[in-house]
Amino acid sequence: MDNNRRSFLKIAGITALAGIGAPVAAHLSSTPALASAAPQEGHKAAAESGERGGVRFGMLIDMRKFYGHPDMLDKVIAACNKVHNIPHIVDKKTGEADRKNEIKWIWKTPYANAFPDQSAVHSSKTIAGNDFLVLCNHCQAPACVRVCPTKATFVLPENGIVAMDYHRCIGCRFCMMACPYGARSFNWEDPRPYISEYNPDFPTRMRGVVEKCTFCEERLALGQQPACVEAVQDSGAIVFGDLNNPESQICQVLARENTIQRSPAYGTQPSVFYIV
Amino acid sequence: MIEKALKGSPLYWGWLALLLVLMALGAACYIRQFNFGMGLTGMGRDLAWGLYISQFTFLVGVAAGGLMLVLPFYIHNYKVFGRLTILGEFLAISAIAMCLMFVMADIGQPIRALNMILHPTPNSMLFWDMVVLVGYLTLNIICGWVILTAEKKEVKPPKWVYFFVYVSIPFAVSIHTVTAMLYCGLPSRHFWLSAITAPRFLASAFAAGPALILIFCVIMKKFAHFDAGKEAVNKLITIIMYAAIINAFFVCMEFFVGYYSNVPGHIHALEYLFFGLEHDGHVYNNLVPFMWLSVIMCFAGLAVFSYMKLVKVQTDTLVVLGCALTFLSLFLDKGLGFVLGGLVVSPLHEIVEYYPTLNEILVSVGIWATGFFLVTMLYKIAVTVEHEVEV
Repeated sequence: MDNNRRSFLKIAGITALAGIGAPVAAHLSSTPALASAAPQEGHKAAAESGERGGVRFGMLIDMRKFYGHPDMLDKVIAACNKVHNIPHIVDKKTGEADRKNEIKWIWKTPYANAFPDQSAVHSSKTIAGNDFLVLCNHCQAPACVRVCPTKATFVLPENGIVAMDYHRCIGCRFCMMACPYGARSFNWEDPRPYISEYNPDFPTRMRGVVEKCTFCEERLALGQQPACVEAVQDSGAIVFGDLNNPESQICQVLARENTIQRSPAYGTQPSVFYIV
Repeated sequence: MIEKALKGSPLYWGWLALLLVLMALGAACYIRQFNFGMGLTGMGRDLAWGLYISQFTFLVGVAAGGLMLVLPFYIHNYKVFGRLTILGEFLAISAIAMCLMFVMADIGQPIRALNMILHPTPNSMLFWDMVVLVGYLTLNIICGWVILTAEKKEVKPPKWVYFFVYVSIPFAVSIHTVTAMLYCGLPSRHFWLSAITAPRFLASAFAAGPALILIFCVIMKKFAHFDAGKEAVNKLITIIMYAAIINAFFVCMEFFVGYYSNVPGHIHALEYLFFGLEHDGHVYNNLVPFMWLSVIMCFAGLAVFSYMKLVKVQTDTLVVLGCALTFLSLFLDKGLGFVLGGLVVSPLHEIVEYYPTLNEILVSVGIWATGFFLVTMLYKIAVTVEHEVEV
């Protein structure tokens, strides 16, 4: 996406937010990146995109660009945490990070944990010495959506994002049992006291509900890239776009490079791809 | 008929008072959890189900176990169980009440529980579990109450009630089948992803439920002059033995599939439960003693029953001993090992062991006390009615 285009989308998004955006949003519905636009225009866009075969957002993480740059991983994670008011839960007594109760949307983990089904016996030094980014895969056949008893998690028909309704979730954690990627976190206690830098543009959550990565659907609606993509924009390490559109940048990279998904054998059809 | 539960000996009242104290303790701990959040439990991000759900699973089995009394009597016209079917039905009512309490204790937003009904979701097994559990509870209340009322009036039960009796038979099977489906349909939980899960649940249920009923029968014989009859007890022991052996056979099949195929995902949970799972130089084995205790108690229970059959003796002590061994064995197997063993390896292959907190344990104790409180009152009513009819 070139710069002019991006800045236009930003402006368009802001006007849409200001409530004068009906014509703009109608125009934007032809852009896959914005098909998830806010309520009413969003439904219209959904109908239109449905006729075209539908948008399915996906992500491609080019790990080659992260190797040797753990600071880049941290930058990505920090950007997500900040935008989404993700609490940093600490043990009140020791002040250390609380592994049991933690909330994470995108995080880093060794290769063997990110890709448990791949062999890690004779890993190269690069693979063994670097952490990998993991997040919700926004699967095409998501097990979490299948098991939710209240439809609190669902696939957005207009763009394939697996979304959450924090107000409907009863906190049964069945989705956490079903997810083969450990992508979901539960609020074991009130998360608000643990939010260091509050972002008023995104809701905080209450205790007793599940949450996870949303592919930044709220930012897409404003014409912005997902926060993680934007954090390492200059390197182009993360590509985001429509997997159903062969012209999209992500599809062109997928056609060119050899990529893998996390645990594809579970039949979930993940939308996040990796170059390792 | 409820007034019959309000007359009793000091021992009866003392027992109820003890249960009330435990119930109050459990309620206080639950209020703490309600106000603070589920962080008061030992569960966490990587091990998100614990004691509550595992006991829920076990108790669904106890509720379904009543089938082993109802089915022979109503389908095979096995008259000897005539006095016992009501005990199976009343135990089912109490066990399902406990199940529902365990589910409520386990969800993070209990005040939103009605969302299950407001937004019914047929693709979720939890939705169907709610449907069959509430259905089975209702059926047992109808059948138990109507048949007992008829007995009290010394008339035959109305014909329409038999419709509900016969419907309750497949429902008993369905509650445990659907509960197994909560587990066996999840793609990445290897230990649960097994077609034998539902049959195994049913087998252990048909041993655990009748075992508990036999223990209650002996207690009531001693304190309430209720005699189940030698033949009924003997037949129930046969049923418990077969069910326990079938359950053990199914567990052995899990071992064969895991260790012979040598597929790591199938082995991990069994390794952790029975031998200790090594990972990064650390051995995780906090459930090993419980699982071997379960194995030993299972075979000890079977040995006691076999002795009774071979020597043709039947004493109350032996009955209680055999039943208690079987019941506790299956409680450890299903009420502890099945759920926690399936969760020990997280999807990212990190290993997290679970230790319940005191608060969580006391909430569970409170729920068990509530169940025993209910079953005591219901059995008191049933036995009093029988006595009045005999006089």
